[in-house]
Amino acid sequence: MEYVSPEGLRLDGRRPMEMRQIRAEIGAVSKADGSAVFEMGNTKVIAAVYGPREVQNRSQQLSDKALVRCEYNMANFSTGDRMRKPKGDRRSTEISLVIRQTLEECILTHLMPRSQIDIYVQVLQADGGTRSACINAATLALADAGIPMRDLVTSCSAGYLNSTPLLDLNYVEDSAGGPDVTVGILPKLDKVTLLQMDSKLPIDILENVIQLATEGCKAIANYIREILLENTKELEYRRGS
Amino acid sequence: MLHNKSFVKKTKGGKVMKQVREHYLRDDIYCGAPSCTVCDSSGARLSSSASTILVVDTNVVLNQIDLLENSAIDDVVVLSIVLEEVKNKNMSVYNRLRAICSNSNRKFFVFSNEYHRDTYVKEMSGETKNDRNDRAIRVATQWYQKHLGGAVKVLLVTNDKENKRKASEEGICAETVESYVKSLDRPDLLDLLVRPSSEDAEMADVEDHRPSKRKVIYSEHKPMSEITSGLHRGIYHQGKLRVNRYNPFEAYVGSESIGDEIIIYGRSNMNRAFDGDIVAVELLPEDQWQGEKSLSIVGEEDEDEDEDVHLAPNSADDAPRTTPQQGSTGVINAGSSRPSGRIVGIIKRNWHSYCGSLEPMPMPGGSRGVAYALFVSKDRRFPKIRIQTRQLENLLDKRIMVSVDSWDRQSRYPSGHYVRTIGDIGDRDTESEVVLIENDINSRPFSAQVLACLPPLPWSVSSEDLSIPFRQDLRHLRVFSVDPPGCKDIDDALHCYALPNGNFEVGVHIADVTNFVFPGTPLDDEASQRGTSVYLVERRIDMLPKPLTEDVCSLRSDVERLAFSVIWVPSADYWEFIFSKKISTLAFCIWVHTHRFALALFMYVQEMTPEADIISTRYTKSVIKSAAALSYVEAQARMDDSRLMDPVTTDLRNMNSLAKKMRLRRIERGALTLASAEVKFQIDTETHDPLDIGMYQIREANQMVEEFMLAANVSVAQQILKSFPLCSLLRRHPTPTKEMLEPLLRVSAAIGLNLDVSSSKALADSLDLAVGGDPYFNKLIRILATRCMSQAVYFCSGDLSPPEYHHYGLATPLYTHFTSPIRRYADVIVHRLLAASIGISKLPSVFQDRLQLTSIADNLNYRHRNAQMAGRASVELHTLIYFRKRPTDTEARIVKIRSNGFFVFVPKYGIEGPVYLTTRAEKGSGEWYVDEQEQKIKKMDGSFSYSILQTVQIHMEVVEPQPNRPKLQLTLI
Ligand SMILES: [Zn+2]
Repeated sequence: MEYVSPEGLRLDGRRPMEMRQIRAEIGAVSKADGSAVFEMGNTKVIAAVYGPREVQNRSQQLSDKALVRCEYNMANFSTGDRMRKPKGDRRSTEISLVIRQTLEECILTHLMPRSQIDIYVQVLQADGGTRSACINAATLALADAGIPMRDLVTSCSAGYLNSTPLLDLNYVEDSAGGPDVTVGILPKLDKVTLLQMDSKLPIDILENVIQLATEGCKAIANYIREILLENTKELEYRRGS
Repeated sequence: MLHNKSFVKKTKGGKVMKQVREHYLRDDIYCGAPSCTVCDSSGARLSSSASTILVVDTNVVLNQIDLLENSAIDDVVVLSIVLEEVKNKNMSVYNRLRAICSNSNRKFFVFSNEYHRDTYVKEMSGETKNDRNDRAIRVATQWYQKHLGGAVKVLLVTNDKENKRKASEEGICAETVESYVKSLDRPDLLDLLVRPSSEDAEMADVEDHRPSKRKVIYSEHKPMSEITSGLHRGIYHQGKLRVNRYNPFEAYVGSESIGDEIIIYGRSNMNRAFDGDIVAVELLPEDQWQGEKSLSIVGEEDEDEDEDVHLAPNSADDAPRTTPQQGSTGVINAGSSRPSGRIVGIIKRNWHSYCGSLEPMPMPGGSRGVAYALFVSKDRRFPKIRIQTRQLENLLDKRIMVSVDSWDRQSRYPSGHYVRTIGDIGDRDTESEVVLIENDINSRPFSAQVLACLPPLPWSVSSEDLSIPFRQDLRHLRVFSVDPPGCKDIDDALHCYALPNGNFEVGVHIADVTNFVFPGTPLDDEASQRGTSVYLVERRIDMLPKPLTEDVCSLRSDVERLAFSVIWVPSADYWEFIFSKKISTLAFCIWVHTHRFALALFMYVQEMTPEADIISTRYTKSVIKSAAALSYVEAQARMDDSRLMDPVTTDLRNMNSLAKKMRLRRIERGALTLASAEVKFQIDTETHDPLDIGMYQIREANQMVEEFMLAANVSVAQQILKSFPLCSLLRRHPTPTKEMLEPLLRVSAAIGLNLDVSSSKALADSLDLAVGGDPYFNKLIRILATRCMSQAVYFCSGDLSPPEYHHYGLATPLYTHFTSPIRRYADVIVHRLLAASIGISKLPSVFQDRLQLTSIADNLNYRHRNAQMAGRASVELHTLIYFRKRPTDTEARIVKIRSNGFFVFVPKYGIEGPVYLTTRAEKGSGEWYVDEQEQKIKKMDGSFSYSILQTVQIHMEVVEPQPNRPKLQLTLI
């Protein structure tokens, strides 16, 4: 299958190093302490954050830091075939864990001992790169909730098909079964907090692919910063009025 | 950069599911014209001086790809929508179009109209996909005209009337292919055009004056829907049609639904199907299963079946299939009748281009005009093809390529068009190229990507190679190779040491090709595709690039080379041997420790006695330094010269005596000593013409090397199968069926020879006992036996059950190819399996995919077969060239009796051909008659007869019965 034409265009018309259109919106769930919708192309994810609040299950309380919990699920209508998927299957457990660990890394949990932060992430529409979109949405929601963080965490994936590194795979490209590298970074600290890969890659190519995904993360970080800045300005404006 | 104008494209999938795909439209797609001032012209492909730019539609590409491939057509814009449609309809045309687009000598530019914001069109409601795509093509054409302005004419080439009309309405220049090509004033290009089938009927009128011509000749092909339901209900059977190479009126369809081959006799039952087509077959009523054959040949006698002189066949695969005839010897026929059928429809065509020449014909009056000619493919499996040409004069003495366009019910022959000229008939280079094309052999130079995989040259063994723990340093061993004279790709070498206890340690060292060819690299893919090196008389087409075959891998003398060694050694002595090499105990322990498998490997060592019992085997990667690269002649001369007592000669003698014992043992087990008539040419180094021709002499030295190679292959087969029972690549030789041995039995019955064919052992014994009046008799019988058997084939061990692994000819339950990795890809695979089985490397991922492994094995069989066919064709070609200047008288043996003569085999030149007692015209006039029982052809008055295997004196001469069609003719003296 040809995923990149000899003219250098992908199936959806992007060039290999281009990301899909991204869009973010803060405050989609008014009841939550913080929330955001994040879109990467046709992948659409909503995240809501509650906390810091009292630990519900006393036995889980940590005396030196906050307890971070994450629940991920996919809406039944998120893919074309409306199949009822059992809650808590292995894939969503794994992704919940990945999101929790990645975000825990940047939340300053030691500032909030004996408290709990809940992150809910739901995929509304899936078209590849859900993992990254979830992390990006959660970052925004955490920022919206005013939870102290070291830095933003942003994530983006990159793959390798037809001997070409490709940024931000969509569903069709993802289903090709090639290598798919998901990277999460702390952009200001320039640190990698997440690195996952399916399938195999020669080491020198892996470096290129990771580099590409990292560039993607940085671009997302810039966009998220803009959105946050705009949001803050709006809040200021509202308070002023 | 990114023009983020996204929108949503909805398509209904097969499951009636809404699918949403993003589709980004861009403003950075350029027009490809270097003169354009707006666009970035770095990727421009069109010529700067172009006055006309062509935009072609999908059907033009699909039908006229031969025209597009001609370099006269240039400055063509290929739209991405056209590429997409072509890809969906015909992958092979797509690949050819892509090849033109990427050829830097051609001016074809791909314009991604589907992603350009100005040329993308959205499907309108009520519009079919075809209409939408046609509209997209028109929009893109219009865009080009507007974009490039008045200086350049943008011409839409389409044969679709509706599309052309709409284009004119929209102010776009549009023309049909025919009118465009006519406007170029290049009559030769018109030959390349595919004519629409509507013209066919007219053509037939012009061409053929026989009244019978206008009749419907073939029955109708059933529509696809009917075929599908017929297949479903089991009244039709689907399969690939394979036409008998030696009798084009006989074809076979391997059908899974009835689990047997269906035979199709005659062109009318074949109903316009070509070799390789996927067809639907209907079985004939059972009472028509026999006798059909004679009928069909009578009906088509006008297609002349003049048999040519050929190289004598080496196996049943080279020889015409003989279906049992009724009323011959009693051995056959008990329920052996096979289902025959007729073709009712063609599911998938396998048409491609064919090599051949035009049937000689007188020049029609008023030349320069259009002439109709019949093209005869060199490969006899294909029917003659009618073509239209304006350059008949130029083509009559040429080898040309022709494509098929259509075949309707009213025409006896399919119609096609001329593609290109290869060269003059009879010219050696032309004919060699024909041989390569016909056998689908890739003789192109290796690509840059493939060459990039080679190790840096000049290459030599480095300290790094030596430091690899699993690579054993065997440079101290006295290793040597024995090969045909002038051999440059030496893949095997041997050593043999007499041990103090009287036993021998024998090693077979094979070039370590997999140390340089890694799985999944372009080099590996290319080698896997080529499958084997091809040996023609005057040249060799390598499987691997020359630096590897002739230098880096080749086990040349006096240089250090990497090898994969199979060593047969006695156990107790082995430890002594290791320590005598002064490997310090400490180092050795570390080695064993770091490579646990090594220990297991050493435990598995047994003994090879002077009686040549190979009891066990050790495998290791190694570094060797060959002491001598001998030719068979040299090795033989050394062994025979009793004065020579040097170490290499002593080794040779020891090995020879071991080999003889091994050979004897093999024969006792029932291995067949098969024989074939191999010929050898002496080629003039400058003109490349054959200077001399003669039988290839097999010496003891050949047999000695062969014996050890067989042993190594058997050992390796056992080893890999033990480790990988489901994914080993093995080689099997099926037991010949009674039916296949029938010709041999008929001959032996006629001459009163009793052959027992119940097992290979029985056959081997009775062949040994077959001694006739002259020394050549036994060999002749063996040659006849050999050609009754099919060839050995590669297979994946998971696909068959162990009893089917059997190698009949070698009488061994397991066999594989390990000893020639430089020139056979099968051996490369086996090297990887062996390395994995002794734990020094991991098994590449392809071995986990059995389907892919099976397809690799199939490809290897196909390539192997083609390489052999090409080799034989090349010998035939050189035989013809040789005898062109040298009419010769020689001795021949009758091998087959025919109604009008007989077939003779000429041992000296390894060829076989017909000798006619009566001319074609008097055929069946009754002067001669055939006695099937005695296999004799007798004169009616009983005064004279010829019998099978009889020696006759013949005269060989090249004649030209028709201009430019030289052929070798055999006549009785
Ligand atoms: Zn332009």
